[in-house]
Amino acid sequence: MLTMAEAVREAMSIAFDERPEVFLLGEDVGIYGGAFGVSGDMYHRYGSERVLDTPIAELGIVGAAVGAALSGMRPIVEIQFSDFTAQAMDQIANQAAKIHFMLGGALHVPMVLRTPQGSGTGAAAQHSQNLEPWFASVPGLKVVVPSNPADAKGLLLAAIDDPNPVIFLEHKLLYKIPGRDPVPEGSERIPLGVAKVVREGKDLTIVATGIMVNKSYEVCEKLAAEGISVTLIDPRTISPLDMQPVYESVEKTGRLMVVQEGPAHAGFINEVIAQMAGSSSFGSLIAPIKRLAGMNIPIPYAPQLEKAAVPQIEDIEAAAREIVKNWR
Amino acid sequence: MALTLQDQITSTHRGHGHCIAKGADLTRMIAELLGKEIGYCGGRGGSMHIADVETGNLGANGVVGGGIPIAAGAALASKMMKKGTVAVSFFGDGAMNEGAFHEAANLAAIWKLPMILFCENNKYGMSSSTEKAFAINNLADRGKGYGIPGVNVNGNDVVEVYEAAQIAVDRAKKGEGPTLIIAETYRWKGHSRSDKNLYRTKEEIEEWRLLDPIPKFIARTIKQKKLTQEQCDGIQQEATDAIVAAVNEAVKAKAADPAGLLDAVFKKVSA
Repeated sequence: MLTMAEAVREAMSIAFDERPEVFLLGEDVGIYGGAFGVSGDMYHRYGSERVLDTPIAELGIVGAAVGAALSGMRPIVEIQFSDFTAQAMDQIANQAAKIHFMLGGALHVPMVLRTPQGSGTGAAAQHSQNLEPWFASVPGLKVVVPSNPADAKGLLLAAIDDPNPVIFLEHKLLYKIPGRDPVPEGSERIPLGVAKVVREGKDLTIVATGIMVNKSYEVCEKLAAEGISVTLIDPRTISPLDMQPVYESVEKTGRLMVVQEGPAHAGFINEVIAQMAGSSSFGSLIAPIKRLAGMNIPIPYAPQLEKAAVPQIEDIEAAAREIVKNWR
Repeated sequence: MALTLQDQITSTHRGHGHCIAKGADLTRMIAELLGKEIGYCGGRGGSMHIADVETGNLGANGVVGGGIPIAAGAALASKMMKKGTVAVSFFGDGAMNEGAFHEAANLAAIWKLPMILFCENNKYGMSSSTEKAFAINNLADRGKGYGIPGVNVNGNDVVEVYEAAQIAVDRAKKGEGPTLIIAETYRWKGHSRSDKNLYRTKEEIEEWRLLDPIPKFIARTIKQKKLTQEQCDGIQQEATDAIVAAVNEAVKAKAADPAGLLDAVFKKVSA
């Protein structure tokens, strides 16, 4: 069973083998193998010209990727921690995202920016954020948040194929764990913009992103043993967002809970709530929508503080139980 | 010309000159300024965002310094794909204090990219003079910090600019890496309509008006008997006629249509 780091590496390797214009650039992606070991041995397999170590210069790196993408290459940029995309935001939000539209479709930017995000490593506030809403609020970016190795592989292959800039947010706690399902062999793509119904139930719909899919799954298993059945939906790509399965599920369950790791205020998951509130499925709800998200604080350092800052399995379980029990 | 059609450029928020010099279609360019459907960006980009793939123009840029890393990337692609082309980033003195300049100059230097960092030093970033914004007198000295040549040219002398550019292009195409060119020039007019020129004197503006590169070039060309006065007048008339014709055609063109906006954000994924 491949881990997510291995699945991402496999997807990149397949893309490298399929297209000579694909290359990887970033800090320490070469001989070091990437800060989280994602590029691993690719430097040795593909050489220093396709696995390009860069200086610590996020704005320059992303800008160079944009320029290369405009000129016939298909770069994959690794930004060592998603927090550091702040350094590169002009090239991400003002350049990459807007070039196709702003220049009247004359040019496009087939670039993937992969970056690890999320808390749980004791690295404190500047190495632990979930920045989905930064990217999801910029028209022109596609945003992928894989929750398991199999999806990561298929989605990354689709992201590399995509003629538009794609932000690929990998939760760093997922890197080392194998998924529930094996990673398929071969090079099958998972189209961007298609949500996955992870499991089906009749009592509650949970929409969760990234690592919260895994945490929610454990809750689903536990509740199933008690006779509470839950539908779990993983949007997989948050831009574009596929709401159809959410509507269909809520029409059956009548209850909706949304879960994300990032702070609640202006978080991505609020978009799911807003779209639900404006949809004709809204009338199917028999309970108020429950939102579980990170606290509105920077991620703290000490393990017990860090845990308190983001939803844990127990929180999801308690909230799920409460909504099913209290609203009938 | 020092650049071929295949060589690439990135430009500034004042990019019309670069756009025309690289060979853009005048009607489409002016139509874009007027927000017309036939404009280079279909009215979606306007004055600050004209690009033309056919002529290697990767686009003007609304962000100071925004095009410099992009040109480095274009040069990286040229090197990786062995195209033999050069990428030139035009920017102003103001951009040289942006992080984008430093990061791109360093990447171009360490990777020996076929790139030219071309600074049009017009003395002011909006109202900030180079004296206020730099602690060095010679901006070309910055080249040393990246281990690349830093060259000064008189930006109001067409031939001097051409010669310096040709040397830099040759160096880039031989794989010897980037060059920083500082071309001294001047902005006669205010930065924008709100500019009252409070930060400089009328005398200074007048002095620079006398250094207009066009009459100077014409006078030299005639003196050297390369062209006659009549030929020069003819060329100027041709240019004026071309602009007038383009404006007339662009004015008549259909206004940009909001109908397609949502479909224009992403390039379609081919099946």
